[in-house]
Amino acid sequence: MSRVIVVTSGKGGVGKTTTSAAFSTGLALRGYKTVVIDFDVGLRNLDLIMGCERRVVYDFVNVVKQESNLNQALIKDKRVENLFVLPASQTRDKDALTQEGVGHVIAELKQNFDYIVCDSPAGIEHGAQMAMYYADEALVVTNPEVSSVRDSDRIIGLLASKTWRAEKNEDPVQEHLLITRYAPERVDTGDMLSADDIQEILAIPFLGAIPESDSVLQASNAGIPITLDESSNAGQAYHDIVARFLGEDRQQRFLTAEKKGLIARLFGG
Amino acid sequence: MTGLLDYFRSTPRNSASLAKERLQIIVAHERGVRQRGPDYLPKLQQELLAVVRKYVHVEDTDIRVSMENEDGCEVLELNISLPENNA
Ligand SMILES: Nc1ncnc2c1ncn2[C@@H]1O[C@H](COP(=O)(O)OP(=O)(O)OP(=O)(O)O)[C@@H](O)[C@H]1O
Ligand SMILES: [Mg+2]
Repeated sequence: MSRVIVVTSGKGGVGKTTTSAAFSTGLALRGYKTVVIDFDVGLRNLDLIMGCERRVVYDFVNVVKQESNLNQALIKDKRVENLFVLPASQTRDKDALTQEGVGHVIAELKQNFDYIVCDSPAGIEHGAQMAMYYADEALVVTNPEVSSVRDSDRIIGLLASKTWRAEKNEDPVQEHLLITRYAPERVDTGDMLSADDIQEILAIPFLGAIPESDSVLQASNAGIPITLDESSNAGQAYHDIVARFLGEDRQQRFLTAEKKGLIARLFGG
Repeated sequence: MTGLLDYFRSTPRNSASLAKERLQIIVAHERGVRQRGPDYLPKLQQELLAVVRKYVHVEDTDIRVSMENEDGCEVLELNISLPENNA
């Protein structure tokens, strides 16, 4: 049975695309046939993060409009077996994706893939609703700041009302909280919301936290999903998240600041 | 009694707990609106009932007002059951 996973947040720039790339790469590394779809029509980004921007010929909108077939548009990853990208279109027509058209493409992908990961655009309008409509599961990406948490709560409301599962009275979309750009040192000093605070407010199951890390920017510069950088905290955190998502028991890491020596602490090093 | 040390410690600690407090309030409010509709609905219901009662007698329970969101459109639904054989 294949599963459709939407990566969503409401607020922009919180790490949806980074997460979509890292998460789908992590699933594929574990042997699952995975496709990641860029729903951000007009603002194509995922291809850059995945490092396949020069191989884009046809895109998601072309397939929805039947101007090309799926196989022409799917880009096979060169590094990871079982991983495919369906890039977004650069068209300026934000309504190019229709519920029916997207439904056909997802149904066809379901015949071939274990996981279909949908990278949602920011906002709570048409594009975000298209990305979540067919979801079985949702990764709700949240930064530890008020506007992001509030927007996540709105997205949780939409997941419960604006999805195929909600409309057809099926089992609800399974939600997972993923906190990104987490800085435990700042939580300790009291100027950042803690993972516990955010869980308490949003009240959906917590999958894990991704630490704020310079390696994320470096990986995106190079077009390499962060899960391929085993040496980085953020990459390891994404691996943990994939494992937990698949039902493995993994202790939470990266939630507390690394202990500094007394001297370093006294001098704020 | 707060010492100097507490002062330095509590200043930054406030900002995250303030954020949490504000979020709890706004999120609870917005969830309420999602579930029950806007806050003015009960009052609207009372006033509509008063207007209808000028003409026919209806019970408090004979009127239902709800707000639905259909395709991004807010729809206000008003249901009044009139008593039978009313002239
Ligand atoms: N864990 C992290 N540590 C440091 N930087 C991060 C982390 N996660 C994401 N970023 C940075 O945050 C920025 C936004 O990330 P990304 O593009 O993934 O967000 P998005 O939610 O997809 O944005 P949009 O809403 O525009 O689609 C990027 O510059 C990315 O490198
Ligand atoms: Mg994005």
